[in-house]
Amino acid sequence: MSHDDHHHHHHSDHDAIEAPDTSNSDTALLADALRLVLIDKGVFSAHDVQDQLSLMDTRSDRNGAAMVARAWVDADYRAAMMADSAAAAKTLGYDTKGTPLVVLENTNDVHNVIVCTLCSCYPVTLLGPSPEWYKSKAYRARVVRDPRSVLREFGTDIAADREVRVHDSTADMRYMIMPQRPEGTAGLSEAELASLITRNGLIGVAEL
Amino acid sequence: MSVAHFAVGDRVQVRNLEVEEGLAGHMRAPVYCRGFTGEIERFCGIFGNPESLAYGRDGQPAQPLYRVRFRQIELWPDYRGAAADTLEIEVYQHWLKAS
Amino acid sequence: MSQNPPVTKAYHDVGGDDFGPIPTEDGAYQLWERRVDAMMRLLSSPQVGLMRVDELRRGIETLGEDVYNAEPYYGKWARSLAAIMIEKGVVSREDLDAKIEALRVERGLKR
Repeated sequence: MSHDDHHHHHHSDHDAIEAPDTSNSDTALLADALRLVLIDKGVFSAHDVQDQLSLMDTRSDRNGAAMVARAWVDADYRAAMMADSAAAAKTLGYDTKGTPLVVLENTNDVHNVIVCTLCSCYPVTLLGPSPEWYKSKAYRARVVRDPRSVLREFGTDIAADREVRVHDSTADMRYMIMPQRPEGTAGLSEAELASLITRNGLIGVAEL
Repeated sequence: MSVAHFAVGDRVQVRNLEVEEGLAGHMRAPVYCRGFTGEIERFCGIFGNPESLAYGRDGQPAQPLYRVRFRQIELWPDYRGAAADTLEIEVYQHWLKAS
Repeated sequence: MSQNPPVTKAYHDVGGDDFGPIPTEDGAYQLWERRVDAMMRLLSSPQVGLMRVDELRRGIETLGEDVYNAEPYYGKWARSLAAIMIEKGVVSREDLDAKIEALRVERGLKR
């Protein structure tokens, strides 16, 4: 019986810590067994799985950063993005496959931050896999109730005369923040602007 | 499909269907907002009901979905932030009643 | 009208609960975890159509609080997927147990 089993560590390009190897945990064995049984039954193929892993590598916060940088320099794109964020993402090659995307614009009056208290929904196509802290019960529990304290833990202080607006994505919408363009960036290219945009800025726990 | 009957700006209260109707199982209205009143910020569209979809059923009748905005000082008795701070969540129509 | 009994919050419904500092550590996903993500995408694709995200969530919400707290993110997904695939009769518990046993032998794992 053929199988596609390999043992090696996967190193993501943004991780700081090597996690302990859980490849042989009971749960990993269950996961691998399920995948292999489904392949045996022809539900999908090993090649299908590999294709999905390749697609995974195309999803990172550089996608969201590219959208925001484009919106900063191109007023028409900004308008299109605010009117239909998923369609605007698709024009840059980021296909959210029917999942509605909503970009929320930070302004002088409003600072937005996103969470999914019930599970940890996240705009993976535009931001890549969510950070562990985003999925933590601590973040999900506290950011709806005391967002300013949570932001302060990330080093972010929002002035008392600005509204902090928390978005709990309880349904199918996925949210991404459009941070305010920093001062003194008028001369920068779109690519240079994109490099200023951080994942935490796109989630809303940081300003740029 | 249920007809959308709330308008932007309407004051709505989140029902507690667990208590009112004995609803059990998968629910997407978090407990923290139930019984509280907010304002319809926008109509998001008509979607299959997740309470049905979660059990392999067809999600019908599809439900209008709204984004509801709450004032944080009204949601939390001990809210430590600005009076203008808000929270927005999406709520399906059958969880809402006019306030 | 009778008094409203207090609602017991489900263990996943944590909005507003008291918690300490937000954990800062982040780590890379292992291959098995990435494969769980791939599996869910394939199962919920229009072509395969065997899973919906609502079912995945419901499965996670019924793992039990101890499992929910102990399992890593994709571990929760894997357990939910297995339960739902069994529920739908796509795979059987026996299929899975036999494959797990075969993997243990192949990997030289002691019981």
